[in-house]
Formats: sequence, C-alpha cells, structure tokens
Amino acid sequence: MIPMPNNILDVKNLRTTFYTHMGEVQAVRGISFEVDQGDVMGIVGESGSGKSVTAMSIMGLVDEPGRVSGGSIKFMGKELTTLTDAEMNEYRGKEISMIFQDPMTSLNPVFSIGNQLVEVIRRHTDLDKEQAHARAIELLRMVGIPEPEIRIKNYPHQFSGGMRQRAMIAMAISCNPKILIADEPTTALDVTIQAQILDLMVRLKKELNSSIILITHDLGVVSEVCNKVNVMYGGMLMEKASVEELFDTPQHPYTLGLLKSIPRDVTGERKRLVPIEGTPPDLLKPPSGCPFSPRCPYAMGICIREAAPLYKLSATHHASCWLHHKGAPAVEGFVQVEEESDHE
Amino acid sequence: MSDEKRTPLLSVRNLTKHFHTSTPSGTAVIAAVDGIDFDIYKGETFGLVGESGCGKTTTGRTIARLYTPTAGSILFDGVDLAALSQRELRPYRKRIQMIFQDPYASLNTRMTITDIIAEGMKVHNIASGDEMQERVYQMLERVGLKREHASRYPHEFSGGQRQRIGIARSLAVDPEMIICDEPISALDVSIQAQVVNMLEDLQKQYGLTYLFIAHDLSMVRHISDRIGVMYLGKMAEIAGSDELYVHPLHPYTKSLLSSIPVANPHQKVADTRIMLKGDIGSPINPKPGCRFAPRCRYAQERCKTDTPLLREIRPDHFCACHFCDTIKD
Repeated sequence: MIPMPNNILDVKNLRTTFYTHMGEVQAVRGISFEVDQGDVMGIVGESGSGKSVTAMSIMGLVDEPGRVSGGSIKFMGKELTTLTDAEMNEYRGKEISMIFQDPMTSLNPVFSIGNQLVEVIRRHTDLDKEQAHARAIELLRMVGIPEPEIRIKNYPHQFSGGMRQRAMIAMAISCNPKILIADEPTTALDVTIQAQILDLMVRLKKELNSSIILITHDLGVVSEVCNKVNVMYGGMLMEKASVEELFDTPQHPYTLGLLKSIPRDVTGERKRLVPIEGTPPDLLKPPSGCPFSPRCPYAMGICIREAAPLYKLSATHHASCWLHHKGAPAVEGFVQVEEESDHE
Repeated sequence: MSDEKRTPLLSVRNLTKHFHTSTPSGTAVIAAVDGIDFDIYKGETFGLVGESGCGKTTTGRTIARLYTPTAGSILFDGVDLAALSQRELRPYRKRIQMIFQDPYASLNTRMTITDIIAEGMKVHNIASGDEMQERVYQMLERVGLKREHASRYPHEFSGGQRQRIGIARSLAVDPEMIICDEPISALDVSIQAQVVNMLEDLQKQYGLTYLFIAHDLSMVRHISDRIGVMYLGKMAEIAGSDELYVHPLHPYTKSLLSSIPVANPHQKVADTRIMLKGDIGSPINPKPGCRFAPRCRYAQERCKTDTPLLREIRPDHFCACHFCDTIKD
C-alpha cells in the first residue's frame, strides 16, 4: 500500500498579477507555504495584502485580467497551475472547496438550499437524485441545521446569516474535500454565531480528516483555531510560524505592530494602543524592497532597496526581515541567524 | 471618581423606538428599542454593545434625533430632546454630533473636504469667509491631516483618512457629545488603533463625552469607562467596563464575553466557552418575558411571562435578569 502523503498542498513562489488598464497590479508576489494533513493554517493580512487572491489562485478562480504569472501550486503532488479549466473542475468543489465571507451572495437566491446541495453532490459523485437528496439532509444535519428534512426546501432568504454559512459549509464538505479554504467565513457574523461556526469547522475537519486554510484579519480567530499561520503584507509573506511562535515571539516588525495595535490585556490597567503609522501600500506602485519598509520603525537602507529573504529561525518559524541578517544591528526581541530558508 | 464626573450629561429614560412593517398577515411592529434607561456622565465614554438587530444603532440615532422616539425621554443637559420640535432642536444638533461606520458612504463624493467640514459651521453660524477656511485647516491638523488636503475630494483618501475627515466634520461645530456608531469596524486592524488613540486624545483635550457603539467587544472595553449590553431592544446589563468583563452577571453577557476569540494561543477559551444555541430572535411583535429566555440555559417559567427590569445588583452594576444574583457557574 502506498502511504498517504502527509503534504496536501505545496505552494512555491506563487505570483498572481492583474493586468489592468492602469498598470500591472502584483497582488501576490512570490509566496511559498505548505499545508499538511490536519493543518488549520491561517492567512492573516489587511485589505490588499493578497490573502484572498492567494486563495483564488489555489482554486483556479482568478478572473481576467488577472492570472497566475509564476510559481507552482502542487496538490498531493499534482501541479494545478497548468491544468485547463475542465481539468481543474475535477478538483474544485471536490478535493478543494471554498467558503466565502458573505453567504448570501454565494448562494443562488432562486434555488432552494436542497436544490443547490443536490447539484453539487450529483456533479461530483455517482449518487442518483434520491440518494443525493438523502445525503443533502445528512449534510445539513451534520452542520447543525435543525429539522433538515423541512429546512432543505427553504430558500436562502429564509435562513439567518449563521444558517446560510452552515449551508455553505454543508455544500463545501459534501464531497469530503482534502482542503477547505475559508475566506473570512465569520467576518459578517455576530460573535456568538462566529463561535458556533468556528467550532463547527474545527469539529468537521477532525471528522473528515481534512485540512483548512482560514483567511482572516482577526488575530483572535487565528489564535483560537489555527496551528500555523502566514502573515501577508503587500502581496508578500512577512512571517510564517506555528501559532505559539507567532504570538509569543513574533519575528517581523509588521506582526509585532499588529499585535501591539489590538487590545490584548485581559485584566488590569489599560495600556495605550500602539498603532502602525502610515497606510498600506498602493499595489499599482508597490514600494521597492520590503513592502512594509515605509511604515517600519526599524527600516534600514537595504529595506528600501531590496526585500529580505525568508530567514529560517526554527523548523517551523520563518520571517522575511533584514533584522535577522547576522550583520544587522541588534534589536531586542529579534534573533539573528546564518541560514536563509530553503525556498525563495 | 470626581463629583463633576457624576453629573449625567445625558439621561435616557424608557426610550422606545418602534418601526412598522407590513407582512403578509398585516402590519407588524418592530420593537427596535423597547424601553431602555441609562445615563452618560460628562467626559466619559459609554460603550453600547450587542449583536446585529439588538437596537444599538437605533438607540444612537434616536438620541441624535435622526429618529423621533415612539416614547420615553432623552434628557440632555436637563432638556428633554424627545419633546422638542425640529426648530427647537437646532442648538442641540450642534452640541451632539455623530460619526458613522462607513467612511465611504458618509462623505458626499461631490464636495471638497473644505465644503464637507465647513457645512456644519455655516449651518450653525460659527464662522464664515477666511475665518472659516482657517478653522477647516485647524480641524484637519487636529485629526492628523494636512492643510493641502482641504481642496481634495473624498475619493482621494484611504478609509482611515476618510474616518478622520468625518471626525473633523463633527469637531468643527465644537460639540460636547459625539455619538460614534461603529467608527472603526470598516477599518484595517493597523488603522483602527490610530483612530481609537485619536478619539482618546480628542476626548482628553476637549472634554468630549462619547457614546461608542460597536460590536468589537475587546475594543469597546479598551475605550469605554462604562458599558451597556443590549439584547433585542432591551438593556441587559450596565456596569463599569472592567467590572462587566470580570464579573458579568447576565447570562447573555457571560456567553457574549466568552465568545470573544482571545489573541493568545495559551489561553484558548474554547473549553470554557458558553456556546449559545440558535440565533438572535426577531424584534418583530415581541412577546412578553425576557427576550433572551429562548436561548438562555437558566430560563425558567417566570422568564417566559415576566419581563425582567434593570436593577442594581452591585454598586453601579445593573442587570435585567430575574435570577442573576442566584446563578452560580
């Protein structure tokens, strides 16, 4: 028997560019990461950091005028970037599925929830109509919709926001995907409903033995559900680490800045927040060098000229910052290493 | 706390705002805000939290008299705003200003920044001509923007900068109180802290009083002196912000607070989380009894018929629950 490969997704030096009338927008500029079996990997970043485009690139859903302009995306050893749209359909929605921020705009308002579920199931399996219907009810029950036999006939507008997101999750897991990509799945939901949905996703991941890529801007959500995390800024990877490493010993000034700008004190004296000054970069005219350098309190001459390589700080912790270079001035909290990461 | 601080600038009593909507079975009443009481003291920040549909935004807008209240009183500096005509309200519109969630939608795209900031000054006869222009520059500098921004249009600014313009507009008429309706929700994390710090500085400098409406509970705690928790048009609990977070009394507040994801991987709250079943109910034709009863794990027969009143359980800590002093976790 061939052993199950542990590595599910291997993204190397991915570049995604939008060729607009106003010029090239380099939304993703050479990022690399791996997703292993059972991982819940967070991608954190602000608007325009490239986190959603990364997800769309993996799904093969980057629309004109954009396209993947470089690098590779390997799903269980199979290169996805060279597949035709028809070939990609074998993976999309089946092996790799996705849920979006706003469940109302991703569900079709003129078909019932059941109709839409059955369509997905029949597209990817050999089940007949009746079996697919039974499977749809089972899925709705799995995601915690009460009275699924009745609710399956409802239309999206008859569901609340939380229930719509549950229905989306039911659709996404209908074919036992290896990877579920969730793009800000709880951002539009209230905090008590967010807790329910995150809990559901983590529980289903265990039951289905799959992996999750969770895109979010909420560091609290990352800390709660992820085991590893990528921090993106200006289309580039600033830091990737296990969740513990990222929150305990952040090794990129941007990550450090993010952590200082949210209230984290649970009890006691309230400290003044330390914001990151300035504004995120314009991707039409990205700054040369490190995208964070114009806002970085530690920026040096080299940061403005050239982006730093990804320094390997531990087996699981990498950061792209010149402060880790052995020749850089020592800054408290930042370690310096000899070795650069094995991949660009 | 000093005595001066204990003078309520705003006293809201039995504030009620109902909307009417037509349904297939006739007209229905949406009880968006259904008889709430609270005070806001001079110079403090009062946070108002709750989930979508709880009535927090309607409360803010009714206090600003963008809506006419269905019942109740809004005592601002001793005068009941609820009883005033539009003409009589004029001087109070200057004293109570508002900033909004969506910095894209709350600025007129066809007006320059000068026009936007000066509009209130013109309406309230605060300044004109060169003096007005000078004041616009001052306001821009006060919120961390530059003089040369004055002749530009809203689309030339980022979200954070637009929110600063909205704040400059409200400051231009020298208000005493600002109702901040989700002022940072649409902003990126790194920008949120900039705006929050600025609001804090302006408060100190000009002695402003804030009603801060938000759903980001950790930010509300950070900025507020006292907090009110709303659920389906009712006030569930009011307390000082540390008191509320450390000793919540209402079962809803407890589960709401336990739902906040904490940015500390060593302190996963998932295990201690009080997971709420079901969704927030509907404010249409509300039934008597506690609004939270259908989702409350402590609910008893009495909760379904008898609407709990807000009462002082501990000093300055109010809670509307029949059983909050007996519930032990």
